[in-house]
Amino acid sequence: MSSAARSPHAFRFLGRSFLALVFAPEPPIPAWLDELDLWLRRSTGFFAEKPVVLDLTRTPLSRIEYETLIADLRTRNIRLVAVEGVDASWRGPDLAPLGNGGRSTAIVDLPLGDDAPNRAPGRAAPADRPPAPVPDPEPAAPSAPASLLIDVPVRSGQSVFFPDGDVTVIGSVASGAEIVAGGSIHIYGTLRGRALAGSTGNSGARIFCNRLEAELLAIDGLYKTADDIPERLVGHMVQARLDRDALLMTPLD
Amino acid sequence: MAKVLVVTSGKGGVGKTTSTAALGAALAQSGENVVVVDFDVGLRNLDLVMGAERRVVYDLINVVQGDAKLAQAVIRDKRLDTLSILPASQTRDKDALTEEGVARVMDELRAMFDWVICDSPAGIERGAVLAMRHADMAVIVTNPEVSSVRDSDRIIGLLDAKTVKAEKGETVSKHLLLARYDPARAARADMLTIEDVLDILSIPLLGVIPESREVLRASNIGAPVTLANPASAPARAYRDAARRLTGELLPMTVPADRAGLFGRLFGGRAA
Repeated sequence: MSSAARSPHAFRFLGRSFLALVFAPEPPIPAWLDELDLWLRRSTGFFAEKPVVLDLTRTPLSRIEYETLIADLRTRNIRLVAVEGVDASWRGPDLAPLGNGGRSTAIVDLPLGDDAPNRAPGRAAPADRPPAPVPDPEPAAPSAPASLLIDVPVRSGQSVFFPDGDVTVIGSVASGAEIVAGGSIHIYGTLRGRALAGSTGNSGARIFCNRLEAELLAIDGLYKTADDIPERLVGHMVQARLDRDALLMTPLD
Repeated sequence: MAKVLVVTSGKGGVGKTTSTAALGAALAQSGENVVVVDFDVGLRNLDLVMGAERRVVYDLINVVQGDAKLAQAVIRDKRLDTLSILPASQTRDKDALTEEGVARVMDELRAMFDWVICDSPAGIERGAVLAMRHADMAVIVTNPEVSSVRDSDRIIGLLDAKTVKAEKGETVSKHLLLARYDPARAARADMLTIEDVLDILSIPLLGVIPESREVLRASNIGAPVTLANPASAPARAYRDAARRLTGELLPMTVPADRAGLFGRLFGGRAA
């Protein structure tokens, strides 16, 4: 059977994102390696199964220094998967290039234990420390539902923008203020301003408030201004939700 | 260490300058060393209300720009030697105020006085922001009507964002002064009630100043209302408010304009 007979869909590209640790050593390199050794003594094999990227964009090294560093890392069982910031010709066949830098994520501090070495105050930059551990690389997980809690009144002129999830306000939202949330909006107070829920396209988002005096309510782009809010609901505890492309408001009291 | 108080509102014409003068005079009468500072560059009024307009030689802009020393610009009040005023310029505008200059002047004033009361201009632009920048406390003057309340709310938001204290993670303590209050109109629902305003603004109430002709009369003769007519209702209300500013706990009352017989018998002191 010739390869031409194979279905064109047999070969598929899959995309996956992994979180990699990034080393961005700063000179003098031997000192940096000493610190790395300190880490490794506390947790041997720490980097053994983790992909590591070497970022040399801010540390120009000579060819010799670079190759020494690669060799040094290899002896410490650190698997480099890519190198940034070096001449393409230096990389060699087993190190991949990295497109455009990648996106940094939060570095979590790993407690080093009671006998953590005293670090000189000036060297607090994350680049100096081997980065903290990260769970085994998985395919990009769906982001966990996030929520924002505000426990002060939202004043006129203030704008709360939280596309990642629900917003809860303990207090009132003044006229002239607005809350824009990707999820639902819960106001334990009087809503006098604007509330826009489901702003990222979530039609299941809802708006709840203790007392409705809103200027504008919107869910997933569908809105109602104060004029169109039924008189009997004004001043009451109300829930707003989308019901098949119509903004439905019901009293909760 | 001196206390820096900003009298602000957002909305214009609600009684900031009147209140600055009245509170300043009331505090000075109780023995505190007070300076009132006019931040309304170009539209200065505080010197008129204080009766100092014919003695202005140097002003805040001159001091900020180094053309004059602070001692040359500060004018002592003729009636109370614990009360002084630093006037604003009438010919320049607020762009002449620089942040560093204002910070320097505030430091000098703090060293000289017990209270530095800054009369803010209306609005939310540079002048108002500079007036509130170094404040430890704020008196937000509001009239019981909707546009004033909304503007006050905006200013409260700015107090929590644009002050040195807010930038350091501390809070400027805020006090509501409800001015031009008319109990009869509030009862008829022509005007917002005290409770309505407190519900919307959610800050502690410092005092309620009733609407009164005495205020205009006082500013026309160039005296703070607490000095021009100390027995009048607004004067009594301002004195109570000044006492609350120093931390005294007084029950909240709205003095009535013409103190009747009973008012005179139990008058002078908040009940």
